[in-house]
Amino acid sequence: MAFPKSDSAAILARIREALRLSAPAPSVEAPPDVQSRRRWLPKAGPDYSEQIALFSSQTEVLKAGFLRFPSLDAARQQLAAWAREEKWDRIATHSHPLTDGLLDGSEVPRFQVAPGYDKQELEKCPVGLTACEALVAQTGSVLVSAASSGGRTLSILPPHHIVIATRDQLVPDLTAAFARVRAAYGAQLPGFLSFITGPSRTGDIERILVLGAHGPKRLSIFLIE
Amino acid sequence: MSASSLFQHDAKNATANLPRRSFIRTALAGYMGKRKAAQDYFQDWQGARQAASEIKYEGVNHLDRYLEEFTRNAEARGTKIFWASNSEQARAYILELCRQKGVQSIVKSKTMTSEEIHLNEALEKEGYHVVESDLGEFIMQLRHETPYHFVLPCMHLRRDEISATFEKTLKSAPTRDPEELTAIARRFMRQEFCRADLGISGANFLVAETGMISITENEGNARLTTALPKIHVALVGIEKVLPKLEDLALFLPMLSATGTAQTLTGYNSLYGGPRQPVEIDGPEEFHVILLDNHRTRLLADPEQRDALHCIRCGACLNVCPIFKNVGGHTYGTTYQGPIGSVITPHLRGLQDWKHLSGASSLCGACTETCPVKIDLHHHLLQNRRNAVAARPVWWEKLLFQGFSFVMRRPALYRLAGKLAPLGFALRKPIGNTPLDPLRPWTATREFPAPPPRTFQEIWKDRGQNKPIV
Repeated sequence: MAFPKSDSAAILARIREALRLSAPAPSVEAPPDVQSRRRWLPKAGPDYSEQIALFSSQTEVLKAGFLRFPSLDAARQQLAAWAREEKWDRIATHSHPLTDGLLDGSEVPRFQVAPGYDKQELEKCPVGLTACEALVAQTGSVLVSAASSGGRTLSILPPHHIVIATRDQLVPDLTAAFARVRAAYGAQLPGFLSFITGPSRTGDIERILVLGAHGPKRLSIFLIE
Repeated sequence: MSASSLFQHDAKNATANLPRRSFIRTALAGYMGKRKAAQDYFQDWQGARQAASEIKYEGVNHLDRYLEEFTRNAEARGTKIFWASNSEQARAYILELCRQKGVQSIVKSKTMTSEEIHLNEALEKEGYHVVESDLGEFIMQLRHETPYHFVLPCMHLRRDEISATFEKTLKSAPTRDPEELTAIARRFMRQEFCRADLGISGANFLVAETGMISITENEGNARLTTALPKIHVALVGIEKVLPKLEDLALFLPMLSATGTAQTLTGYNSLYGGPRQPVEIDGPEEFHVILLDNHRTRLLADPEQRDALHCIRCGACLNVCPIFKNVGGHTYGTTYQGPIGSVITPHLRGLQDWKHLSGASSLCGACTETCPVKIDLHHHLLQNRRNAVAARPVWWEKLLFQGFSFVMRRPALYRLAGKLAPLGFALRKPIGNTPLDPLRPWTATREFPAPPPRTFQEIWKDRGQNKPIV
């Protein structure tokens, strides 16, 4: 046996035949451009202080931890305290100036994801530490990518995901987050991008919210100011 | 039994189950409150709906161009695109892929298109181990049931029923705690994720400009399904295309607001190919199957083409008085509720599924709530019209000819008005017996008694029988 033949020609022919009759348009105007659409979408505030306040309140609703630190050193102390209290045997992470900086001097052994890593081992790690592309005030989301956040698995497999970000990574809304990624990568966007909005959750059982369905039960966002 | 008789039969049973109906109503009432808050968070929800319908119109009405653009951009990054005209082709492609790659274990994240093509049955028949990873879908798989609602698959189940299912199939201890029930599924699924060599997902959007698919979820199961196995297959309807990446800035929060009443769902992920050379991990192969399966038939109907704008948020089900009373399984379709009633006759045959057009009170709640402004309740009327035009029913035709004959003759109309009380009296002894011609209608309804005097008589007596200017 072999793969069936892709039916692109037949499907495209049917589409073109179907579209010979035009459907009534919902409006006489062309669809609104990206910038003007923002006037309908949830508002994010014009400056950093308003945006950070919104991000903070959104993460609270989402039951995500949002911790602001004046310096990387203060964040290191928080991480060390948690590692002691919760007896972390390992921290899974990836190579990035922010994650390396945060773990500098840490006594907890690291599990570094690199091509060919053992996913069963990653599954056993209590914590996954990643950097990110952006924080989105409008929705309280963290935008991760394969390029900035250690691939596709590190931010989803361990039960506690810690994200480290800097002040300049806060963007007002989803539109700005896309612009940020385009500016950083141009036409070569990462193969994976994900807006993480709170810890993994489900409401499948009687619509009752439960955190930690299949992904992290806990999401902690460290902002270094 | 025909689909129509089965619907009648199941609807009767479902509406008689009062505790279940009240359970569904309570669940949906909670959703309504939260959805309002999510919509109010928008600066202008109605403006956003209009914009969304315009963007979808652009995509669907230039579908050929955008699908080619999507394909070009996706292939440039190593994605393999397969165009399937029907279920058989899509299933054959996946089965052949499994065979060639020596796949044994398959993990799936929620995809209604796979329900549409009955993929699980086909895979299991060939001996593959297939597990649904979305909690609701997993529960339904264990119970051998189809999803009750295409966004909330097990919304009709109480926690004790779920616990009993787990007890029976996973040998877990009984519990009433939703957190513990979720944990049971999580523990089971973790090993499935790690051992699976194929992950199958759907997609909520195809982004033409970047050749990416977008997946919306809350649990993280889709992320694991697409990250861990060495092959990822996404099964997507051809209508899911959006022209630009930034369109998602509108559609992601809209889908979240109407689908699950959230500002944004837990994970909104974009996949633009298998693992890229510079990347740490991800599947070695990424396949996207673009499924027609009669969507082009709906596309060819300009009057109802906007039904292809649907983003499958399920909002029209949640507000539908019929869905609330007959429940999801009664529809007997992959897509339930108003949108299912509109599109199923196009996807699976008008005459077999025309009865769904009658499963509506025409209240218009679905049209009013639809985030992309699909004219749902009018499409139900159009399906009724089309079904009758294609295959007239002789007795209906006769009935309406008689009706129209009487209505156009005032003397006959007056006579009919006078005879009505007589007819009513004559019916009394046989009312609701097999002899009663009105029985199908009156079995669940009261037939109103004709008033002793007609409107015309009352009007005349009041001496106001003058034309109104």
